[in-house]
Amino acid sequence: MSTVALHETAHHEAHGEAHHEHHHQETFITKYIFSQDHKMIAKQFLITGIIWAFIGGLFSVIFRLQLADPNATYPFLEDFLGHWAKGGKLQPEFYYALVTMHGTILVFFVLTAGLSGTFANFLIPLQIGARDMASPLLNMLSYWFFFLASVIMMSSLFVQTGPASGGWTIYPPLSALGEASSGSKIGMDLWLVSMAMFIVSSLLGGLNYITTILNMRTKGMSMTRMPLTIWALFFTAVLGVLSFPVLLSGAILLLFDRNLGTSFYLSDIVVAGKIMPNEGGSAILFQHLFWFLGHPEVYIILLPAMGMSSEILSVNSRKPIFGYMAMVGSLFAITILAFLVWAHHMFVTGLNPFLGSVFVLLTLLIAVPSAIKVFNWLTTLWKGNIRFTPAMMFAIGFVSLFISGGLTGIFLGNSALDIHLHDTYFVIAHFHIVMGVASFFGMYAGVYHWFPKMFGRHLNNTLSYVHFWITIVGAYLIFWPMHYEGLAGMPRRYYDFSNWESFKNFGGLNQFISIIALLVFAAQLLFVINFFYSIFKGRKLTTLNPWNANTLEWTTPIRPGHGNWPGDIPEVHRWPYDYAKDGKDFIPQDVPVGDDESKH
Amino acid sequence: METEVIKPKNKIHPHKFTLWVGIGSIVMMFAGLTSAYIVKRNQAGWVSYNLPTAFWYSTIVILLSSLTVHLAEKAFKLREMPKYRKLMAVTLILGLIFIVTQIVGFKEFWKMGMTLQANVSFSFLYVIVGLHAVHVVGGVIALIVMSLSAFSKKTRNYSVVPVELISTYWHFVDILWVYLLIFLIMIK
Repeated sequence: MSTVALHETAHHEAHGEAHHEHHHQETFITKYIFSQDHKMIAKQFLITGIIWAFIGGLFSVIFRLQLADPNATYPFLEDFLGHWAKGGKLQPEFYYALVTMHGTILVFFVLTAGLSGTFANFLIPLQIGARDMASPLLNMLSYWFFFLASVIMMSSLFVQTGPASGGWTIYPPLSALGEASSGSKIGMDLWLVSMAMFIVSSLLGGLNYITTILNMRTKGMSMTRMPLTIWALFFTAVLGVLSFPVLLSGAILLLFDRNLGTSFYLSDIVVAGKIMPNEGGSAILFQHLFWFLGHPEVYIILLPAMGMSSEILSVNSRKPIFGYMAMVGSLFAITILAFLVWAHHMFVTGLNPFLGSVFVLLTLLIAVPSAIKVFNWLTTLWKGNIRFTPAMMFAIGFVSLFISGGLTGIFLGNSALDIHLHDTYFVIAHFHIVMGVASFFGMYAGVYHWFPKMFGRHLNNTLSYVHFWITIVGAYLIFWPMHYEGLAGMPRRYYDFSNWESFKNFGGLNQFISIIALLVFAAQLLFVINFFYSIFKGRKLTTLNPWNANTLEWTTPIRPGHGNWPGDIPEVHRWPYDYAKDGKDFIPQDVPVGDDESKH
Repeated sequence: METEVIKPKNKIHPHKFTLWVGIGSIVMMFAGLTSAYIVKRNQAGWVSYNLPTAFWYSTIVILLSSLTVHLAEKAFKLREMPKYRKLMAVTLILGLIFIVTQIVGFKEFWKMGMTLQANVSFSFLYVIVGLHAVHVVGGVIALIVMSLSAFSKKTRNYSVVPVELISTYWHFVDILWVYLLIFLIMIK
């Protein structure tokens, strides 16, 4: 008898928490700052992410100025950057710091925290029918660890020796020895501490997302009735929870090497004529640990964009998603393969060629689930009754970029070709298109689609379309030419190419890329203006369900309070893709299945 | 009515589930470190060593504490609160003794010339064992909180979830220790 009672208590505790929250008197601080409401936390992640994206984007504009004309001086840069741009000329050390921080910010702070943090927080409880996350407290802590990480990373920009500058992959020995360069000093320590906070944040987030999805779904919401966004966010969280700890262990060893005189990664190193005492370490070991996270990280960035695009493509094609189970299966396959391909980043480290060929095979296998996804997206669009909303434009843009960038992945996954292409602009072009810009498009699609749910207002449509067209055309104009530069062997991260006979001819092309980069950056400001203006002044939402979508978030009030549904949580009777069925345009998930209807 | 009450029985409490996922995450961290250890071991300059004797006492202590925390959980479920309090206190003390034996072991190791910087193999021992100890400290803090609330007269909480959480976590750090011990003995 007692066990039954105990289970009852546990049950109430789990589900009652959010109820209680609902009746609390909320102050400004509990509502907007230390909020435990998943929707507010999502907005905090989004706005912090936008601020970071602005900074990271600005950095790329500054180093593109350098690449456009290595001999030009820009006196206004000295006003902003002081001794890093003496006489208006960017210093080489700072150039390297800029590319490092650009990568760090965009990969981790924008496309990991800004993307997953925003949409996992916002959509999981709303789309599975839960009042909040499994643990709202851990969820709040997740944001504040991210905030702390942000503050530390931001402060590293202002130390005298400059921010970390070993590349975003922070390979030792550059990252392990303070003597190695100015960016290896305090800036590198701050980078590591900030990333440790960041890892804690994403682990707390990930734990919550997984638990919430598996344990808190409303009645009738079986796993196979979940929207694909939720599946994608689920696999993203699994990837994060299993791969970030390995980066943490790699970072701990690096911290020991930096500060306690150990030699995990260091051996036989001479800095400025001085022989370092470290012996017996291996720099390659770090690469293994780093890329064991680093490769899954690519999918941590990409999967949420895939999930959201799938949802948006289906809603705006007014057609069920094609091959739902194949979509879930391919997400699963990508998740598994993500852990088995890390050494394809290391083909030139002297890896055993046999081992290399195994990694080539596993890498090329990723093309299979990727092709399934692309096929299904295209067949979802096929003969659909397409509405070209801004969100839909970005979702289609995502598919386009994923195809273009994915194809060059087949080149790079092949070790024989990669030995030539490694560390060239070909790699830059590949990963910027397939993971950088593509994920950005997924994120924009998500923001344009769910903005009305987030803020109860609409974004300005004209600005949205202008933003889309400049961004997609610009993205291709920036990164397409880089493939040619890379094929010619132009290496990444170089400060000045004008002294090489073989790269001199790319001067004009580099200038062209820089001009387009500046334009694209300016176009992103249109989005920022549109976003912040519309939060306060956008056209008010008049219907609950502006896109006529089936998922549960559109059954909540226009501005849902903490707890999401004022009454009972709706019960789910069908999958979320009943579009154009039995003569009806759409049938939301909470509509019971009719007697004459086939069940799904 | 009966079925309605029984239904949540099959559903694991979200906090417990979170803990399990968290444990998976910690396992990955140690998997990263131990695989790095294996990779390094096959390279030049590796020095084999024997573990300090104090670590054997650590093992006995943590195995015992696993037993006491298990009994504490059992006592709690049978509402034998005085027994539960005693067993929690014993577990806490054993946890503290574990930390002490770890420090003694490190000192012993250091005195034999196997310092942190002397060789990568020693560095690994300090990092891997030290990181496990940090996880035990985390458990000890949780035990302190639990014991304080168990002994305070004012609060009476009959939810079994926190007890199950600490018990699971404590068994986990115990098993992790045994794994690391076997690993460090087998792979020298």
